[in-house]
Amino acid sequence: MDAFTTPFLAGTATGALLLIAALGLTLTFGQMGVINMAHGEFLMVGAYTAYVTQQVVTSVDLSILVALPVAFLVAGSLGLLLEATVISFMYRRPLDTLLVTVGVSLVLQQLAKDVFGAQGDPVQAPGWLVGTIPVFGYNWPYRQIFTVALALSSLACLAALLRYSAFGRRIRATVQNRDLAETLGIATRRVDRLTFFIGSGLAGIGGVAVSLISGTNPGLGRTYIISAFLVVVAGGLGQLKGTVIAAFTVGIATAFFADWTSASMAQVATFALVVVFLQLRPQGLFTVRTRGLA
Amino acid sequence: MTSRTKVRDTRLRGYAPLVAIALLAVLLLVVAPATLSQFRLNSLGKYLCWAIAAVGIGLAWGRGGMLVMGQGVFFGLGGYAMAMHLKLEAAGPGGVPDFMVLYGDGTMPAFWEPFRSGPFTLAAIVLLPAAVATALGWLIFKRKVKGAYFAILTQAMAVVFATLLIATIKETGGFNGLNQFTTFFGYNLYDPVNKQMVYSIAAGALIGCLVVAWQLYRSRFGELLVATRDAEERVRFLGHDPANIKLVAFVVAAVMASIGGALFAPIAGIISPSDVDATASIFLIAGVALGGRALLLGPALGAITVGFGRTYLSEQFPTQWTYFLGLLFVLVILLLPRGVGDLPRALRAGLRGRSA
Amino acid sequence: MSIQHHAPDELGHDYLEIRGLTVDFDGFKAVDGVDLTLLQGRLHFLIGPNGAGKTTLVDAVTGLVAGTGLARYRNQDLLGMRSHRIVRAGIGRTFQTATVFEELTVLQNLDIAGGIHRRAWAMALARRGVPAYVEQALEAIGLQDLRDRPAGVLAHGQKQWLEIGMLLVQDAKVMLLDEPVAGMSAEEREETGELLRRIGYERTIVVIEHDMEFVRRFADVVTVMHAGTVLAEGSVSEIQADPRVQEVYLGRQLDAVADDEGAAEVEAQVQAEVEATVEEGGRRA
Repeated sequence: MDAFTTPFLAGTATGALLLIAALGLTLTFGQMGVINMAHGEFLMVGAYTAYVTQQVVTSVDLSILVALPVAFLVAGSLGLLLEATVISFMYRRPLDTLLVTVGVSLVLQQLAKDVFGAQGDPVQAPGWLVGTIPVFGYNWPYRQIFTVALALSSLACLAALLRYSAFGRRIRATVQNRDLAETLGIATRRVDRLTFFIGSGLAGIGGVAVSLISGTNPGLGRTYIISAFLVVVAGGLGQLKGTVIAAFTVGIATAFFADWTSASMAQVATFALVVVFLQLRPQGLFTVRTRGLA
Repeated sequence: MTSRTKVRDTRLRGYAPLVAIALLAVLLLVVAPATLSQFRLNSLGKYLCWAIAAVGIGLAWGRGGMLVMGQGVFFGLGGYAMAMHLKLEAAGPGGVPDFMVLYGDGTMPAFWEPFRSGPFTLAAIVLLPAAVATALGWLIFKRKVKGAYFAILTQAMAVVFATLLIATIKETGGFNGLNQFTTFFGYNLYDPVNKQMVYSIAAGALIGCLVVAWQLYRSRFGELLVATRDAEERVRFLGHDPANIKLVAFVVAAVMASIGGALFAPIAGIISPSDVDATASIFLIAGVALGGRALLLGPALGAITVGFGRTYLSEQFPTQWTYFLGLLFVLVILLLPRGVGDLPRALRAGLRGRSA
Repeated sequence: MSIQHHAPDELGHDYLEIRGLTVDFDGFKAVDGVDLTLLQGRLHFLIGPNGAGKTTLVDAVTGLVAGTGLARYRNQDLLGMRSHRIVRAGIGRTFQTATVFEELTVLQNLDIAGGIHRRAWAMALARRGVPAYVEQALEAIGLQDLRDRPAGVLAHGQKQWLEIGMLLVQDAKVMLLDEPVAGMSAEEREETGELLRRIGYERTIVVIEHDMEFVRRFADVVTVMHAGTVLAEGSVSEIQADPRVQEVYLGRQLDAVADDEGAAEVEAQVQAEVEATVEEGGRRA
């Protein structure tokens, strides 16, 4: 039982982290066609926000709760800044946004190194997150459970926002047909900015969760960004359902592979898994318009 | 009458790039060795290896529209293949590379054995990346995975490759990579004459790759590749499978990167995961973007410039080099998406636009 | 339904045979059991209201969408073949929005279409001179003066001609043309029709068209599609006299007015066209 439970539950936690990271990615990718390679650095920013908050709010039990909204705001604002200064100039050039944001991600990483040092800093988990709960013979750390809960509540909030709010309707309209949405009087640019804010903010929240598990690190974003992108690729464009399934599948599969072989072989296997998956279901990754081919 | 002069004109213009390549050859093979110090020449040699990989990226990305963000993998395949041979040369017949004694039990993994042979190594430098690129490209292109998805998959491949290298310290030297080579196919690498010879080989390889790229660009294949880049689905209705066209470009790019890596190992004296990981792959892209992705000489010259900039800036500002690389991406892609090499054309077009 | 196995030469004619072709989009049958036999040397026109399944039919035959049934050409079933294989089998098509390679010149566009007839190694060589078949195609479409212009600067009609020229270079034996004269002037339409007549002699040409004047002028055979099925087939006059055809065109107009005011104008135009058509048909009869 243990050989199954351990990787399954640990993988679920990894999947939850990937989910938070991928939600923001799939949102901006699906709606704006923007590939934000600096998204991983928003995770890092979230982690450092948790660290800094802990220096200011010395009550460990409280600081994480404070850090969550602060990280959302900080990362979100940073996303907004990125959108306004760089990305807004290159809509409809998705590959170029990818490259530009690669540059931004390099700068942010170096900035973190210069400000906080190349070595990572530990973030203390609050007392109420210390400890484990036995689940089928595996002592599941509260921190991992917290991560899963955080991911699922983020997902729920986002889904509710998209489904029930006026803003969500505007987002969905813009995703489905930007031109039409514009002619209907939706300020798509404003919708874009808000989407970017929310997507980046989610990464900030994810960063807080990461910091509880592995502390901070200037290169933290890089660890997650590629897996998060693989989740987006496998899950399908702007698809919440697909993203959820893909995130947990990738997280759990990686944990099992790591259990059977090693952490690095697990990366190879997960990559192979995604490539094989694309063989079976490339649908949704491309569209062919039949009246014209331009 | 006018039409005939026009034909001759375009034909002459068709060979102008060849003149430029010849000029570059003279610069690299004659002028540089005569004027640069041994140390600088060796640095230039490294840039040339990146430039060789950059020519391939220009083909795949600039002409083929495939943003290859994992060329470090192919650079690494060639680099490690060559480095394994050099390590075995250094170990002597029947010997085992030093690090295997240091980190392992002194036994050599079986896959190292064939790399004792020089010819096998040279063949592997070409065939290994070709095989990997064919397999991966076939899987990806046949399923019509493209654009950002393709870019992300190749980047993921680079991440995975570097992770794998770091994790296999007993087999590949891990984080340290492979270094301390003594001879290059029997020639002592500490001898300045031989160092210059390896440099000349790299320069020659770059020139060779440029000529290949030139021929590919002017060929019907080159036209078809650009057509595929601009309207992939339309090409299908010319009776071609775009997957095959892209595959050819991808494989050629992979082989070029591998050749660059293979020459990088003896020139730099080391090949390690940090030379082939995602960041290294992005570094290769930077040069291509700077020089002009779709131009013939742009990628190579861009890569040399970025390589030089990296050395220079690292010397001046040891830690801030990354800022420059990051800003380079932002500024070039934002302001000059076709690269610096495209400036003359852009200016001409601008002037014409104003006068018209 | 019996399928006859004729080699193309037995009839003395090449032909494309479609039997029971069905395209199902998640339960919606865009094309529903269509039977068509398209013979060489005649100009076939495919007409019908929007959404009748004309383009989808062509898409299915050219491998863009999956269809069931049979689409046989020279003893090969095109359904299930991939698009580029279908092209190599001799079937070519154009699109409603002309898609040429905008950055390549007219000549390069034509030349690139000849790729399937070249050996693989020839692909590695540069183009030298202009092959005779490219020259002929250039002449046929009358764009000699524009041969060195980038295709992107061509007028809409010229792009359509260029696409037809590319099909000539491709040596397509079956040409499926999706609204080739849309947006053309009367004069250009006339030229296009003449061009199709000239090249249609040794080819099987199918034209999807809304312009009734053009259909009347050049169609040898007209097939009317409605709601994914073949409503009627015959000569122009036969079609015009067919009461079912009249009903479909007029009936649809009423529906359209109900849900879209903007389209009403267009529909009114269609109605006028149909009425004119019917009148003229009546006179001829």
